[in-house]
Formats: sequence, C-alpha cells, structure tokens
Amino acid sequence: MAIKELMRIVQHNEIAENIFRLTVQGKLTKQVHEPGRFLHVKVSEGTTPLLRRPISIYDVDHEKKELTMIYRVEGQGTKLLSTRRVNEKLDILGPLGKGFPVEKAVPGEEALLIGGGIGVPPLYNLAKQLVKKGVKVTVILGFQTESVSILKEEFEKFGDVYLATVDGTIGTKGFVTDVIQMMGIKPDITYACGPKPMLKALKEQLPNERLYISLEERMGCGVGACLACVCKVPNDLTGYKKVCSDGPVFQAEEVVL
Amino acid sequence: MSMLNLELPGLTLKNPIMPASGCFGFGKEYAEFYDLSKLGAIMIKATTLEPRYGNPTPRVTETPGGMLNAIGLQNPGLDAVLTEHLPWLEQFDVPIIANVAGSTVEEYVEVARKISAAPNVEALELNISCPNVRHGGIAFGTDPSIAAELTKSVKSVSEVPVYVKLSPNVTRIVDMAKAIEAAGADGLTMINTLIGMRFHMHNAQPILANRTGGLSGPAIKPVALRMIYEVSQSVNIPIIGMGGIETADDVIEFMYAGASAVAVGTANFIDPYVCPNLIEALPERLKKLGFSHISECRGLSWKNSK
Repeated sequence: MAIKELMRIVQHNEIAENIFRLTVQGKLTKQVHEPGRFLHVKVSEGTTPLLRRPISIYDVDHEKKELTMIYRVEGQGTKLLSTRRVNEKLDILGPLGKGFPVEKAVPGEEALLIGGGIGVPPLYNLAKQLVKKGVKVTVILGFQTESVSILKEEFEKFGDVYLATVDGTIGTKGFVTDVIQMMGIKPDITYACGPKPMLKALKEQLPNERLYISLEERMGCGVGACLACVCKVPNDLTGYKKVCSDGPVFQAEEVVL
Repeated sequence: MSMLNLELPGLTLKNPIMPASGCFGFGKEYAEFYDLSKLGAIMIKATTLEPRYGNPTPRVTETPGGMLNAIGLQNPGLDAVLTEHLPWLEQFDVPIIANVAGSTVEEYVEVARKISAAPNVEALELNISCPNVRHGGIAFGTDPSIAAELTKSVKSVSEVPVYVKLSPNVTRIVDMAKAIEAAGADGLTMINTLIGMRFHMHNAQPILANRTGGLSGPAIKPVALRMIYEVSQSVNIPIIGMGGIETADDVIEFMYAGASAVAVGTANFIDPYVCPNLIEALPERLKKLGFSHISECRGLSWKNSK
C-alpha cells in the first residue's frame, strides 16, 4: 500500500554527469517489494514546481529501512531535488505503480535486461531478485556517451553486461538493439526500461509475448486519478492504460507505443 | 455540534469540502488512502454520452504555482458510469455531484436525464467550461444566451438540482452568472481553469500536445476569489468555489469572498490526503478566528463593507 512519509536523506551524491544517487530512510521502505515501482517525490517546500516528480526505485534495503533512487537532472524539479542535503526530510508518496513481474521468469531460464539512459536504474533490483531466484541474467545498457554511462560494475555482480553508446565512446557504437543482434542473444524473457524509441525497436526485434517494458510519461497525480499519463491500447479507440497505476511496466502487447 | 455542516440545493453536506471534478476520477484511487465518507461531497469526472479517449500526451505541464492540463474530457461514457462507477460509490455515505459534459445540447440533455436518476447523484454540475475540447465545453460557457439555453434544457430533464460550472475565460463573468441564474440554475461552481500555454525552448513548439491547456493550482486563486466576490453579490444562488485551494485558510478566504462551499482540485495530486486534512483542520482555525460555524464566514468581505 502506498503511504506518504517525510523520509530522511541519508546519502545524496552525483555519480555521473547530472546523474544523482539518493538514499532515503523511513518506514515506507517496508512496502517496497516488487522491482520497477516508483516514488512520487515532492521536490519543493513551496508551490513551485507544484507537482511531485516520479522517480524509479533503484534498490531497497529492508534491514536499514533504506530506499535508493538514481535520477537525472532534467528540469527545474530534479535540479531542485539535487540541492537537497543529507539529513533533510523529503516528502515521498509511494510505492506507486506496477513493477516488473519477477514471477514470470522461471528458475534456470535466461532473462535479458535492457536499460537505456536513465531507464537503467530500476533494472538493478530486478536483476538482484531474478538472480536470487535462479534465473540467469544478461544485461545490455545503452547510453548517449561515456560520461553518462552508469552502473556497469553494479550489474556485473549479476551476469554478463554489454554496453552500447550512440557515439561509441564506450562499448559497442550504436544501440542496444545492435548488441542483441551482434551477440545473437535469444532470451527466454526480456525486461526493458528506457526511451520510447528504444522500446519500440525492441518490440519489433524481440518476441512480444514475454517482453515487459517500463514506460515513462509526464505525470500528474501518480495514482491513476488525473489521466495525464495515459497510453493507447491495441484495437480499441477509446481504451487506454494509465502509465502511473496500470504500469509503468506493461507486457509489450498491452500497449501501443 | 458540527461547525462544518451545510445545506445547499439538493445537498446535505457534512462539511464544505469536496474534491473537484477531473481531479479525483470516480473516487477509486483516493479510496486507497482514506474513507470517502469523510468528504462533504464528491464531484466525479466529467461524463459524456459515449466513451472518450481525450487528447494526445503530453497532457500536463507546469508553471509557477500551477499546472496546465489538457486531458480532453477522457471518460468511460455514460453507460459505464451508471453501471460501474456510481454503484461502486454507493458504499460510501457521501453525496455525488455528477459533472455532465457534451458536444451538443442533445448530448448534455441525454446525459443529464439519465445520470440525474442514479440513486446517489444528488446534484449535477453542468460543464460548460472545459477549455480542452474542440466541440462543446467552453463553447457553451462564453456566451450568456447559449449558456442560459443549455441550462434551461438540462433543468427541464434533471431529477436533481443543477449547478453550472463557470469559465473564467470571459470578459464579464457576472453577465454569465446572471443569465444562468435566470435560466433556472440552482447553484454555480467556479472557477474552471484559465486557458494558457507553455513552449519548448529547443523548438519553440507548445509543450502540450493540445497546444493550450487549463491553468489550475495556487496561481489562479486570486482570479477565483475576485470572480466569486463579484458573482456572489450579483446572484441569489449559492456558489461552490474552487481554484487553487490548499489550506484551511484558503477555504475560509473563499467563504469570505462569497462561496458557500468549496472544491479542491489540483491539491489532491500533491497530497492525496488534502481533503480529509482540511476537514480536520477547519474547526480549530474557525475557532481561532472567532467563528462558531463555517457559514458565518460566507460573504463576510462584502457584507462588512456595505
């Protein structure tokens, strides 16, 4: 169940160009189990910016009651968030949304995890849970360039990690889809999070039946009430899914990208 | 004894606080956070005859102290509201105000006739002020004679009192209010959002896919207060006030301006508990200000100056 809590910042630092790692502590942690859900963070004390910012959960430590998020400074809201200091309290609503279905992977199977840019962090706890379950994990991470490439070493704990960068400064020059083709990877199940063009390309390249994708959209309420973040569904002109509460993770055939 | 209970046409309210239409869906999402029976009433999402998908995304963006939205009246259509959403809400002891929208007079009338017959719908809110749809909505809300005609038509079929939701996107709001009162409306709700825009820095294009959107949030509070101040002195029907309410003081300020009750919109997105928190905070604030009942605040701004 989602709760609203003033959580204490225990760690907050820049890990790559404009990318921050933020750890908060509080009882909300108890509610976090499924990977790929998100927190709705109030970044200002006042009314500007007005809305909360949805930020995915990177990892959870139930013993220490700590949640870690990794976010990119993108606009005014995340910029303000990046100035918040250790020991300050952050107003957080969560956990929200439906995450990655760990239960769809069977022990012994091969899972492919694909992250693009700031879509990489939510795959970390997923990888952890899959490996714990006995699922073999392969990871492909795509970035614009080396200076914003993150978390390679962290993912190497769980399996083979391949990098792709658009400018070729690190890893394969090109996109995550190029790596899949080059390496001839044939996963049993795929989980992906990243920009829409990447997800679209994956939807065309991989069998959709066991492809799970996490979408991003500008959100209002984050709980499914305001209908700001809807996406279309196949073969239904007025049907829709709400990214915040029906997702952000969907089975690839559920939504039109 | 309660300091907050109120009687308005068709509505017996435990308190003056209700979530505003479009900011609360049909209640389900917020029922996860608290018991909806605590609320004075619920203004449900605008309902049209047929299901509507609404506008493409992005549908929201921000501006200092506010947000712009262009949802476009997305809703599951009258049948789904009658068979699923309203029956689900019956488990709560709370009156429902059904927001009625349409593209034509016939559509408004058809929705009003059927939805007003639902057992838990105690009043209608006639949506003639949605700025985000091409047909209907605000087209009915900017011309006093057209608004009056529509009000009359809906009044003639509705089984419950009819409140009309006013748009602030007009030059003379008092003329609108008077015409609608003369047409038989039982009350007014005001204000809907103010039409606005934002543009991307890198390509000069509008941020919202619909190009324009409706501005809501604390930024519009002074506009709402001014309009309620003017209208409440010009008509004899009650006003449910809305526009950027976040705190108990905001509620009282709207009452001072002339509102009889208030609706809370955008603030629900920032704090899902805002409505029950306001209901809890109000009595103490009223006492501090020397009131024994919320109704004593109504219109105090102009009553005192006359």
